[in-house]
Amino acid sequence: MSTVNSTATSGIAPTPNVLGSVANWMTTTDHKKIGRLFIGAGALWMLNIVGVGIALGVERIAPDTAIFNSNSVTQLFAMLRTGASFGVLMPLAIGFGIAVVPTQVGSKSLSFARLAMFGFYAWLIASGLVLGSIIANGGPGGGNSQMVDLYLMGVGVGLVGVIAASVSLLTTILTSRRTGLSLLDIPMFSWSVFVSAVSVVLTLPVLLGSLIYVAVDHHYERLVFGGNEGIDTWLGWGFSQPQTFLYVIPAIGLLAELAPVAARIRQPLRGAMVVGVALVSTAMFGTVTQTSHVLVWGGSLSDKIKSAIPYAWFNLLPVLGVVVVTLLALLAIQKGTPRLIAPLVPTFLGVGMIVVGMAGNAVQMIESVKLSGSVFEEAAVTYITYGAMLCAWGAISYFGPALWGRKIPDTATIAIGALGLFATVLAAAPYYFAKDQVAGVVSDFDYSGPQTAFNAIVSAGHLLMAFCLLSAIVVTIKSAQSGEVANADTWSNQ
Amino acid sequence: MSTTSRVLPSGPSPAARSSVLVASSAVAAAGTMLMFGMLAVWFRFRDASPLRESARGKLIHDWLPADIKIPEVATNTMAITMVIACVMAQWAVYSARRNDSSHATLALAITAVIGLAVINAQVAVYLQMEMGLTDGAYQTMFYAITGTMMVLIVTGVAFSVVTMFRAVAGRLGDSSVMSAHALYWYFLTAVFVALWFVVYVQK
Repeated sequence: MSTVNSTATSGIAPTPNVLGSVANWMTTTDHKKIGRLFIGAGALWMLNIVGVGIALGVERIAPDTAIFNSNSVTQLFAMLRTGASFGVLMPLAIGFGIAVVPTQVGSKSLSFARLAMFGFYAWLIASGLVLGSIIANGGPGGGNSQMVDLYLMGVGVGLVGVIAASVSLLTTILTSRRTGLSLLDIPMFSWSVFVSAVSVVLTLPVLLGSLIYVAVDHHYERLVFGGNEGIDTWLGWGFSQPQTFLYVIPAIGLLAELAPVAARIRQPLRGAMVVGVALVSTAMFGTVTQTSHVLVWGGSLSDKIKSAIPYAWFNLLPVLGVVVVTLLALLAIQKGTPRLIAPLVPTFLGVGMIVVGMAGNAVQMIESVKLSGSVFEEAAVTYITYGAMLCAWGAISYFGPALWGRKIPDTATIAIGALGLFATVLAAAPYYFAKDQVAGVVSDFDYSGPQTAFNAIVSAGHLLMAFCLLSAIVVTIKSAQSGEVANADTWSNQ
Repeated sequence: MSTTSRVLPSGPSPAARSSVLVASSAVAAAGTMLMFGMLAVWFRFRDASPLRESARGKLIHDWLPADIKIPEVATNTMAITMVIACVMAQWAVYSARRNDSSHATLALAITAVIGLAVINAQVAVYLQMEMGLTDGAYQTMFYAITGTMMVLIVTGVAFSVVTMFRAVAGRLGDSSVMSAHALYWYFLTAVFVALWFVVYVQK
């Protein structure tokens, strides 16, 4: 594997005071620090959306006792949707990429590191604006028009930041590889980050363009795009499937990287693995068209074909990509002499959850099953987001030694991963079964069936995920401070 | 005794990879998606507008309000001027490769001035059209899309000015910055011409 040895503790430097440390982190151009800033801020958003998930689940348990008013419920759903994509998936994908990719491709630094840092600050400030505006009833469908303007501005600034960081990442991969390392030979995680960064650079500007129209219209007369109610119509695609698939490509790349490490062989059919990861990016064609490609199985044969081809192209190809990667990962394990490496556990389980979410999205796009707009959609988002969080835990465990020079205990990695899987299934699976319930509401639920039990289980799942998340944060901080010191060759720690 | 040093020949030098050029290409790709995405929404609204009979008796979409006249001389001049900006940017690349600092500086200065001229012309178009941003759907979208284009051109002017200062300081060796600058202006011209055709010609 083409990597450079690089530990976090290089040379003997005087210990800076607290203010110096803060200033050092705030103005850093060290890719490992910038990446960790993204990941850390993403972790805070994770706590936020898990908390919102618990609140909404509890609100849905008892139909007669309303904890939140109707405005708050609308905004909580907006926060869940925006936060999962904008607050969690985007920074995690970029953060791990920035922290790890330069080391993997043999570059000492990130190309345009200050651009990446600008991207972080833009995204961070935007996060604050988005969070504040949603709290003040200004998210999609919000009643406070000034706060809605603030929300739109926040999302716009955040998108610019994410695009800037992605440009920095893909420039690093294209121009700073060590001599002799071709693009197709870079480690699979770096390849997946590259595919994800290219997809982000090509799709988010389209969202930004729509956002400019909506923001100008909303700020003035609200003639064209439906005011606050139109935000979801015009911008909703940017925070839902299949756009979210583009952010989880690095998670799939991590599985592709870990499987041959666990199997102790070179990846069989590596070319197919490269294609498999790239296939997931076909989701971007589905997103930029800003249209749901629904399968309508009716009419003449010609009508069926006309409906089936775009449906398969836009909804099934990304799933096929993940399936190819998973099968090839299993092939590597079957052909090699496998051993259990701890980071593989949460990563494999996380990718499994992502596949369930992606498959759910494909099923939902079949018109005859009538799942669109139901809680089934919410469950798919939960599967993908929590699956990505599990993969992020695997990535922290795997890349941690290379980033801060200390190991994370295997038992903690495996235990939190397994518990996270259980939490994800609890938080999402009931809504796959309660599929005839309308999404985005709490009071119009049909409580004639086992809905109360479903909602209680979902709340318990979110609660368990909150516990996993807090545990992961504590274990990571503790390990980074006083964990077992990693080997000098940081890439041989598994 | 003769001594000879036995030193292996050095390996091939790494291929030159210009990070500025690659990053500019990525930004240009992002900008293209931004503007084409906005044009797609424009098409969507235009195609959804009701049909009416034009002065020539043809059925056309009632998208451009009848009382609004687009100043075609100014808009056509803008399109031609943008093409000239590309020529100037390419001239800067040519001069830099010949290590000709004065001509490179001149070409970059003209590119920046052309950018400012286009912005000036756009302001003139706004004034001549005499329409308010809140007058209707067409007006809102017109200001949004042309305003975004102007922001992109402002970034192009800034790029020209920065590159010009580099040229003044004699930093011509890194010709990839000049190439990146030229590429950015090619991108600006391409998206402006697309916008010009859709918004000002097809209306």
